[in-house]
Amino acid sequence: MSLSELTRIPTETAAMTTTPLLDVRGLSIALPPGADRPLAVDNLTFTLNPDEILCVVGESGSGKSMTAHAMMGLLPAPHVRVAGGSLLFKGKDVLTMPEAEQRSLRGGRIAMVFQEPMTALNPLMRVGRQIGESLREHTDLPAPARRARVVELLAQVGLPNPAELAEAYPFRLSGGQRQRVMIAMALACQPDILIADEPTTALDVTTQKQILDLIRSIQAERHMGMMFITHDFGVVAEIAHRVAVMRHGKLVEYGPASDVLNRPQHPYTRQLIASVPHYIEHRDDHTKAGAPLLVADKVRKVFHVGGGLFKASKEVVAGDDLSLTIHPGETVGLVGESGSGKSTLGRSIVGLIKPDSGRILFQGTDLLALDRKGFRPYRRAVQMVFQDPYASLNPRHRVGDIVAQGPVAFGEDRGKALARARELLAMVGLDGSAADRYPHEFSGGQRQRIGIARALAMEPKLLVADEPVSALDVSVQGQVLELLDDIRKRLNLAMLFITHDLRVAAQVCDTIAVMRRGRIVELGTAREVFTNPRDAYTRSLLDAIPGKSWHIPEDLQAKMGSGVAGAH
Amino acid sequence: MLGFAQIFASRLVKAAVILIAIVVMNFFLVHAAPGDPAMVMAGEAGAADEKFVAQLREQFGLDRPILEQLGTYVGKVVQGDLGFSYRQQRPVWDILAERLPATLVLTLTAFLLALALGVALGTLAAVTVGTWADSAITVVALLAYATPIYWIGLMLSLLFSIQLGWLPAFGYETVGAGYTGLAHVADVGKHLILPVITLALFYMASYARLTRASMLEVRGLDFIKTAKAKGLSQGRIVTRHVLRNAILPVITVAGIQAGQLVGGSILIETVFAWPGIGRLAFEAVLQRDYQVLLGIFLVTSIMVILFNILTDILYGLVDPRIQVSQ
Repeated sequence: MSLSELTRIPTETAAMTTTPLLDVRGLSIALPPGADRPLAVDNLTFTLNPDEILCVVGESGSGKSMTAHAMMGLLPAPHVRVAGGSLLFKGKDVLTMPEAEQRSLRGGRIAMVFQEPMTALNPLMRVGRQIGESLREHTDLPAPARRARVVELLAQVGLPNPAELAEAYPFRLSGGQRQRVMIAMALACQPDILIADEPTTALDVTTQKQILDLIRSIQAERHMGMMFITHDFGVVAEIAHRVAVMRHGKLVEYGPASDVLNRPQHPYTRQLIASVPHYIEHRDDHTKAGAPLLVADKVRKVFHVGGGLFKASKEVVAGDDLSLTIHPGETVGLVGESGSGKSTLGRSIVGLIKPDSGRILFQGTDLLALDRKGFRPYRRAVQMVFQDPYASLNPRHRVGDIVAQGPVAFGEDRGKALARARELLAMVGLDGSAADRYPHEFSGGQRQRIGIARALAMEPKLLVADEPVSALDVSVQGQVLELLDDIRKRLNLAMLFITHDLRVAAQVCDTIAVMRRGRIVELGTAREVFTNPRDAYTRSLLDAIPGKSWHIPEDLQAKMGSGVAGAH
Repeated sequence: MLGFAQIFASRLVKAAVILIAIVVMNFFLVHAAPGDPAMVMAGEAGAADEKFVAQLREQFGLDRPILEQLGTYVGKVVQGDLGFSYRQQRPVWDILAERLPATLVLTLTAFLLALALGVALGTLAAVTVGTWADSAITVVALLAYATPIYWIGLMLSLLFSIQLGWLPAFGYETVGAGYTGLAHVADVGKHLILPVITLALFYMASYARLTRASMLEVRGLDFIKTAKAKGLSQGRIVTRHVLRNAILPVITVAGIQAGQLVGGSILIETVFAWPGIGRLAFEAVLQRDYQVLLGIFLVTSIMVILFNILTDILYGLVDPRIQVSQ
């Protein structure tokens, strides 16, 4: 295949618009015995046409990624295998093809982009070579032509200095840049089908917008058939032509995007859409009463990175001139992209990090001026809920002990603390027997409830929640947010809610502080910030929210806040 | 590459500081042992009267304050003078220079063999994981790892030299044969085979196990999925993507072990009567030949430091991320 042949738009696909590019018929994928269900994918049937974006939507464990992996021959053999059905690519069953033929499809005709750009590239190989490998495998191009094509591809995905970048190692690139490299790699051989498995989930919202724009324009330009796997209905609204909704391995709803988004039929789809946070739904203004509970005043923190015998260390300003107040009963949202310093401020308030300068006043006492012993009483008053419910609970301790540990450390009677732990677990919606079990027996959402119970056991006045729902599925996310809101109301708790997701912030926060590069660029009530943003960066953040032109169907908007029974 | 030169320079400066610290510590360690060479010599001479001992002490400078002795010793070492062995009546440096090549030939051959075989076997085991080939390699590696090294040496020499008579059982060369040129090399090579295999087996086993485990870990990483999704062949995925990443921990361990090889061959040198540093150290301890002992300490320390620097350089070449973080 010559270079000119490679760069022209394939005309054969245009001629074949009537027959589907990909025809999945009755696909079943079996899980190893002892898994929570026998089939990861159960009798799945759908088609993908040329020049179309099919969004496959579902929560974790719905089997959406398994389907894509089966197509690419990436199922973890021998434990997980295709149990039945067929996967027809242009009329030919991929599953019964000899391995060599399958390999020529993989990366050649069907290409894939993965979720995690940080780990999807070989850390020890130059970016250009990794892209070149695809060309080497699937084309007869000589080495110089391959190099030229790699540079061309990197330019096409909008990377600056493509020639220089081809020689870089992945660790030099940001997450967004790496995802662009992955896309360039997938496009290298002009595939007919591009499978994108949550390609923007790990990215910041503004980067997500750029990547979505890129994917959409490339798809339209090359008339590719695209299978886009996501859990985010905002993203679906942004790019989908057709939508397939999956649950527990089964296809529950399938149709044109406008139908599924605006007139969802299946109860599960309706529930998913109802739990999508929507930024129009900002809260009424919070009436600040009395003296502030917490005042952060010109907090500054600089991290020193690297450095050695012959090299000075690099200074990274994680927070500068950070000032905000939190009143009793108020929820303050700290919003920003990764590296903006929002967690640094949160951790400084809890006392996990010591800022270089500034004051953090809790009910008038400067926490930073206290020594270890003096700070101890305040540890009770300020509690934290962590991001990763899988990593933040000690796997060797019973849940009851985890919750009771804090009060016991502060001298509470063990029996009393355990009894209180049971009450709290019931309060966060967990079963009475939960106290005697271990964390691994719970799902992510349930673990986050345990994390909340643990924080509440200390009877705090201020809760610092650092991305408490970002590791959770949308429907579970909605439930945990509701729980936090319910507790806040009942106990009149003040909360500092750290999140990268503006839609979530809109749902739970009274006051919003937008952070960028270690500074608070905008601070105001949720209503002000969302309806009338003053800072250009806030506007670009709001603008980047996927699916903002889509309005959740009215009959589902009412469902929000009413909640879904039962804890997941 | 400025970064590279900087790392190298900083490593050399650190190495020099560490080396001087080692020399000083060795000196005090040896002097902490009860008795001094003068006492031993006087004891062996059979005439242990005070005056004779004092005279010996004066002759060797042992009556000077300890710090002055230290100063003299360090000063000499810095100039490359390792002292004089009164036992053997020869400069220490000459004795070491005579013994060092034998040890280096033995240990480096064994090390390279172990590394090549170990990585190859580990890779094979990882690629065929769960099959009989993997099980066989794992069992062999476990046996080689667990069996005492001298016992393997004895058994090998029992089989191949005493029963079969194929190979010489001990020594560095055929005594009195007077071979020269290629014939000499062949003769030494023949003597090398058994000790090298004995020494290499143990290290090979640990590299094979490490390579296997590391490859299995890397095989599950995301970028291997990317490589498969590109449609690459199994062979290319294993060599270009899995092995290169999996080799990093092997380099770390091999680097540490390479430094210890010189000191770690004492058993082998004893079993096979190999005239190397290891046996010299053993003899020097028995004879309280402190000057020789200090010399051996110094040489082995230099080896450890040298191999550590080499490992770091190699690591920097294999893993581009290292230079930045340093």
